[in-house]
Amino acid sequence: MPHNLSIGELAERLARKETSSTELTRHFLARIERLNPPLNAIITLTAEQALAAAGAADRRRAAGESGPLLGIPLIHKDIFCTDGVRTSCGSRMLDNFISPYDATVVARLKSAGAVMLGKANMDEFAMGSSNETSWYGPVRNPWNTAKVPGGSSGGSAAATAARLAPFATGTDTGGSIRQPAALTGVTGVKPTYGRVSRFGIVAFASSLDQAGVFARSAADAAVVLAAMAGFDPLDSTSVDAPVPDYAAALDTPLKGLKIGLLREFFDGLEARNAALIHDAIAVYRSLGAETREVSLPNLPLSVPTYYVVAPAECSSNLSRFDGVRFGHRCAAPKDLMDLYERSRGEGFGAEVKRRIMTGTYVLSAGYFDAYYLKAQKVRRLITDDFRAAFEQVDLLIGPTTPTPAFDIGAKIDDPITMYLNDIYTIGANLAGLPGLSMPCGFVDDLPMGLQLIGPHFAESRLLNAAHRFQLATDWHRRAPRGYQ
Amino acid sequence: MTGVDWEVVIGLEIHAQLATRSKIFSGASTAYGAPPNTQASLVDLAYPGVLPVLNAEAVRMAVKFGLGVGAAVAHRSVFARKNYFYPDLPKGYQISQYEHPVVGRGSLRIVLEDGSEKIIGITRAHLEEDAGKSLHEGLAHASGIDLNRAGTPLLEIVSEPDMRSAREAVAYMKKIHTLVRYLEICDGNMQEGSFRCDANVSVRPRGSDKFGTRAEIKNLNSFRFVEKAVQYEVARQIELLESGGKVIQETRLYDSDRNETRPMRSKEEANDYRYFPDPDLLPLEIDDSFIRAVRATLPELPDDKATRFARDFGLSAYDAGVLSASRELGNYFEAVVAATGTPHAKLAANWIMGELSGALNRDAVEITAAKVGPKELSGLLARINDGTISGKIGKEVFEAMWSTGAAADAIIESKGLKQITDAGAIEAVIDAVIAANPRQLADYRAGKDKLFGFFVGQVMKATGGKANPAQLNELLKARLGAADA
Repeated sequence: MPHNLSIGELAERLARKETSSTELTRHFLARIERLNPPLNAIITLTAEQALAAAGAADRRRAAGESGPLLGIPLIHKDIFCTDGVRTSCGSRMLDNFISPYDATVVARLKSAGAVMLGKANMDEFAMGSSNETSWYGPVRNPWNTAKVPGGSSGGSAAATAARLAPFATGTDTGGSIRQPAALTGVTGVKPTYGRVSRFGIVAFASSLDQAGVFARSAADAAVVLAAMAGFDPLDSTSVDAPVPDYAAALDTPLKGLKIGLLREFFDGLEARNAALIHDAIAVYRSLGAETREVSLPNLPLSVPTYYVVAPAECSSNLSRFDGVRFGHRCAAPKDLMDLYERSRGEGFGAEVKRRIMTGTYVLSAGYFDAYYLKAQKVRRLITDDFRAAFEQVDLLIGPTTPTPAFDIGAKIDDPITMYLNDIYTIGANLAGLPGLSMPCGFVDDLPMGLQLIGPHFAESRLLNAAHRFQLATDWHRRAPRGYQ
Repeated sequence: MTGVDWEVVIGLEIHAQLATRSKIFSGASTAYGAPPNTQASLVDLAYPGVLPVLNAEAVRMAVKFGLGVGAAVAHRSVFARKNYFYPDLPKGYQISQYEHPVVGRGSLRIVLEDGSEKIIGITRAHLEEDAGKSLHEGLAHASGIDLNRAGTPLLEIVSEPDMRSAREAVAYMKKIHTLVRYLEICDGNMQEGSFRCDANVSVRPRGSDKFGTRAEIKNLNSFRFVEKAVQYEVARQIELLESGGKVIQETRLYDSDRNETRPMRSKEEANDYRYFPDPDLLPLEIDDSFIRAVRATLPELPDDKATRFARDFGLSAYDAGVLSASRELGNYFEAVVAATGTPHAKLAANWIMGELSGALNRDAVEITAAKVGPKELSGLLARINDGTISGKIGKEVFEAMWSTGAAADAIIESKGLKQITDAGAIEAVIDAVIAANPRQLADYRAGKDKLFGFFVGQVMKATGGKANPAQLNELLKARLGAADA
């Protein structure tokens, strides 16, 4: 069935005219109709536009065009602005917001001929690790619908795992691609900060946000990332450096690759989880890689540092949602203050409010130095730790999450426990490094993720290392029951 | 506290709108006066997902200003967010520069009317974006928002508290106004709000080395308002202190209708702006080659021009300052002098600062659009210099030139204003006047010297003002004879 084929295999069939984009698009739309309702992974289906785009892709191909994504369906996280389509960011605040423009990522994939099927559920404004903070309700994990899929890109992860599309986009501010990829058994890539344009991504924490991809293999992710990445004059923080040929580097042998085992990631790691990571390390050794333990002494400070920096930026970024120009506006405001207070009070959910208040507090006069400034200093120390580590090793390896997917409802009332879910992923965001998560086995019949972290702009190395692992193992080929 | 000799301390924060074609962080036009919200892009409207991109032209202009006041241009400056909620502030924060401005310490020389000079320190100048406008008129039970102005680039120029009177404050503001127009970085249009200031005012006993508590008067958009507002505020503070009260640090608004300052509602200023570096913009890095390139574009600056005018044309420092107050005025003056010759520069200066400026102000005409251009004015001055007409008749000719646009010679000819220099003709008129006024003649001869003027007046009246004044004096004296004691 087409939904089990890789992007490369689909592209080949399209090239050989064995199928058409229209046919593929109908197939995936039908899967979404049938399989999405219990998962709630997709909150906006754009069937009509998808079929029009598929028809256009087929005409381009008939006219002699080719391309690795021409005619391939995808799902966008609902944080990406899509021209003429609701862009809710998982919030009641933007439930009525039809974006008048395309995000750069959306525009690039569109021009590559990829076909958007719809938009994926997510934690509200990307704030959450379980996809339970969405205004549209939680997403369920296809491996076990009592479990969360992780967050904030939970819808994109679940949709990819359930084979509702060959790939999906996501964003990762503190682990929001890697953590749900791990919990749903797919491959997720968070590129270097500045590698992919942030223009058109509803901002959560501007210095941490980065767009990436969910796919079922590193090889697929390489093709998609190549289309997304590159300098964008509309994003002043995007980096003007050439995009390497990720696909071409996939097969490079790993002999002599120096892999660092992050001591801090293994401290207190649950035994069954640790065993899976050690099995994966053994695979890498068998592929010729060398491993050594490295320590990042400041890494344990990542979570508190993140929960100062990210809320500070979010408190400012979300000020534009004021009921004046777009988004939710309360009924019959009495005056300006009433308009602000009720529009924002009604439009935002509890977790978003918690972070706005935290962020406002840490930026306030009298607290700024003790929180925001201190956090920035610690952030620099963490970045320096990574830099020192990458003088010794080519990439770092460890678990993506402390545990497999947890029950829906289990942590939502306990923010601190929820925040600790991102303990292994946040470091890469604070340092702006590329990270990747891929499946490496199961605990309690739930997938676990292996995380690779590389130096700045080492996406090619990460994808190569992941691809070689996936040639030697078949964890990434496992599909949840009912979605094969 | 009565009987104290109070010293006034003033510092100004001037907002100059930079004359870029597009906004500081978006591509939307900055042109003034378009229908509401037609010049607001998605970035200006702060749509979800949009990002700011710095306009290099605004940076170039800020650097130009820095070089114009001899300031250090920062190799690295940082944009920060100033957070507060207001409907005309779409993002809920203003992008400004806080701890690290693009222009550091500089200074400016001012010349007062009495010719005295003073150096005013400039603390810093930084780039920021303007907000939109709230419109309250013509809308029932609602306020309108016009975001055309949102994102317009501003240079905020902060002075040291170096000014000691309202006049010094005005002189400083005028000098900055002159400078930004010389540099072509701001159109200086105060009615449209392109150039405005906030004034920090305090008083202290003369000799004290501590500053008094200051009040900040917001949004003054004319030189006259600055002068009036500062004068009012100084008087208010002194009266308050002398009656045993205390000045409180607050923001005040100047009401020009009532000529008074009033405190803003405390709610409007009780903001904690929560400044932090804007993560959407990288630090602004400016290298020496950029600064060198900008320096190469600097025009002759007003002070240099004034010095040259005083030196080359023998003008007073004050006159040289007035004539160099704008590039256009300076160009006009130099064109006239080029035609009339350097020896007549003082005459040219007097005519430009007198008749010409008066007419320009009266009819609100820009000097570049005046019907009496440098060529026309030199034509008039040539006729005064060669004795064809007197200075007094010259004023009449000027008015005719101003209203008709005709050349001086044509007007002198058609109106028959040519000076009478024929001694016989003047003597004939003198004789007639003397004959008609025997009593005044007797009084004059009896010692009433002042009546000489009476005779001059009568002759001028009879000749329609055309008698050559020097000749008339000489001939009249001879005819009247010495006044006998």
